[in-house]
Amino acid sequence: MLRKSIALAVLGLALFAGAASAATTEKEPREVTWSFQGPFGKFDKAQLQRGYKVYREVCSACHAMDLMYYRNLGQKGGPFYDEKYKNPNDNPYVKSLAKDLQVPDIDSETGDVVQRPATSADRFIRPFPNEPAARASNGGALPPDLSVITKAREGGPAYIYSLLTGFREPPAGLTLPPGKHYNPYFPGDLASSWSGAAGKVPEGGAIAMPPPLAPGKVTFDDGKPSTVEQQAKDVTAFLAWAADPKAEERKGFGLGAMIYLLMFSVLLWFSYRKIWKNIGH
Amino acid sequence: MSGHSTYEPKTGFERWLDMRLPILRMAHDTIITFPTPKNLNYWWTFGGILALCLGIQIVTGIVLAMHYVPHVDMAFNSVQRIMRDVNYGWLIRNIHATGASMFFLAVYIHMFRGLYYGSYKAPREVLWLLGCVIYLLMIMTAFFGYVLPWGQMSFHGAVVITNLIGALPVVGPAITTWLWGGFAVDDPTLNRFFSLHYLLPFMIAGVVGLHIWALHVPGNGNPTGVNVKSAEDTVPFHPYYTVKDGFAISVFLLMFGVFVFYMPDALGDAANYIPANPLVTPPHIVPEWYLLPFYAILRAVPDKLMGVILMFGAIATLFVLPWLDTSKVRSMRYRPTARLYFLIFVFVCIVLGFCGAHPPDEPVIGHSPSGMILLDADLNSWVWLSRFGALYYFAYFWVITPVLGLTETPLPAPESISSPVLSHPATTPTGAVASPEKRG
Repeated sequence: MLRKSIALAVLGLALFAGAASAATTEKEPREVTWSFQGPFGKFDKAQLQRGYKVYREVCSACHAMDLMYYRNLGQKGGPFYDEKYKNPNDNPYVKSLAKDLQVPDIDSETGDVVQRPATSADRFIRPFPNEPAARASNGGALPPDLSVITKAREGGPAYIYSLLTGFREPPAGLTLPPGKHYNPYFPGDLASSWSGAAGKVPEGGAIAMPPPLAPGKVTFDDGKPSTVEQQAKDVTAFLAWAADPKAEERKGFGLGAMIYLLMFSVLLWFSYRKIWKNIGH
Repeated sequence: MSGHSTYEPKTGFERWLDMRLPILRMAHDTIITFPTPKNLNYWWTFGGILALCLGIQIVTGIVLAMHYVPHVDMAFNSVQRIMRDVNYGWLIRNIHATGASMFFLAVYIHMFRGLYYGSYKAPREVLWLLGCVIYLLMIMTAFFGYVLPWGQMSFHGAVVITNLIGALPVVGPAITTWLWGGFAVDDPTLNRFFSLHYLLPFMIAGVVGLHIWALHVPGNGNPTGVNVKSAEDTVPFHPYYTVKDGFAISVFLLMFGVFVFYMPDALGDAANYIPANPLVTPPHIVPEWYLLPFYAILRAVPDKLMGVILMFGAIATLFVLPWLDTSKVRSMRYRPTARLYFLIFVFVCIVLGFCGAHPPDEPVIGHSPSGMILLDADLNSWVWLSRFGALYYFAYFWVITPVLGLTETPLPAPESISSPVLSHPATTPTGAVASPEKRG
């Protein structure tokens, strides 16, 4: 009985260890400064516009953003916010952006499945109708939804930016399976693909996404040079905004709340001193 | 201390009501004139802070429940929708989510306060027990609540914790199935967790009522641990403690605000922004920070059932503490040896928190194991640190506390609350009153 329980215990720990020692490694994300970082940071509207263009022309070929609607682009703090249109659904630029895209719908007369131009109230169009279709087109891998991607990854925007700019040729000795790409920032365990010196397994992992960005791949309307760095930075800013579209409102509200609480605390402190003045304690 | 009432109805209506339901009298006696020791320090303000935390969680929670959809296909998106499309939804949800952490931070300070100043000793054992019940209910409520956003950590956390029940011999699997409402964590589980998450806070509120009642019978303890002897030892609760608690609450809210407005996700896990997927297990499943020490104790034991027993035992121990402590001296101000062990205990609890956050076999110091294998794991690993930590945790309550009370020599405590406080300002370090010659 005792031996059995010891064996079970060892097995249990081995499983524990096994789960943990499939040790994934990755490079620390690059240092990068954002306009939206810190307690007073704000999104750069021009950058968000460029970022949306990168998403629209590159990322959206495979990645959905199910939490985003076209109207969001025209809401306060969004890339195409226009003070004249408080209701973002009325924003003509957003309307025209949406109109160029086709969304599936049901014809209310006939019940047939039809395609119609999108409106600002529509969800961002999905590249694939369902998960199996997405996997079938991507060698079995599922491109994750990007709505909250900068919050859903350790390292946040810096990680996304590093990943997008981090693709490089695999070092000699690393043979990746077909359809996989080397990226030192992508968490993974490359030991099984490594034929070089033991203990020198390269950091990072094999990602199914091919390098998505290339110089000149997107033409920026504001004339910014279209480098990979620039595209990556802009699209990351856009994704950070999409993950937290109320960040600016939050920080602004917070500033007022903190000032109020600070003054309230000071007043209470002096009240406390006054009331307790004659009490020995 | 619950002396005779000094309430005098002022209007005809108040007199009329007082004859029928003396609720204004009760309010007057508990929050206006209640005699409170005049030497309470800021550690005593956390009771008020906790009442506020409970209120905040209930109010924000009721609003969130109006928008939340407890369904496996919609829960994740409904929470995101609250953050995006509900007016001030981001504010309400951030307050509720970080509020849970603030609530636990405050309750831990409140509990350590109780341990240090011997607040659980006669005649306040029932007060302490009710506090333990509240804490247990808080853990359950927080766990249910964490499942609701239905992210990866929500789901897999729920799987891990509910599976612990399955470790119980004979009845375990049946109870687990009953808890799940099926054969896995799924829609029925989410629905009942939502229901219970809504129910338990009101139960907490009820027990808080009892907790305050039990406080008002013997009255507050105080940093000296000496009983109140005369009226000059006390001040009326209002305005003396309403203003002091009010100040502390305001400062607490400032800290709360830093998290709500500037780092709402700092206390959460990135994996919980990925919708729950039963087929993909996150590499490291960890509970929220406030449960990490117990998680470390659970994982310190290679046997699942023993781990579960020890984890629940760690909380159960708190319930019997009043009868484990043999010391007649309440406050550790006058128990220098006990104070040392207490400080180590606080440190160990924090260390256990770090243990719970790391994979068990990862080295603690540096990046490589020590090479010294003890039993089943390297000595330089979080699992061994957890074991030492867990050992101290239990030893503190079951060995050190009973033995120390019998063997230590406490310092002389003051005659009354007023005698030390009148001759020394409040800024004097603790312990200095009784034995100035023994301090640096």
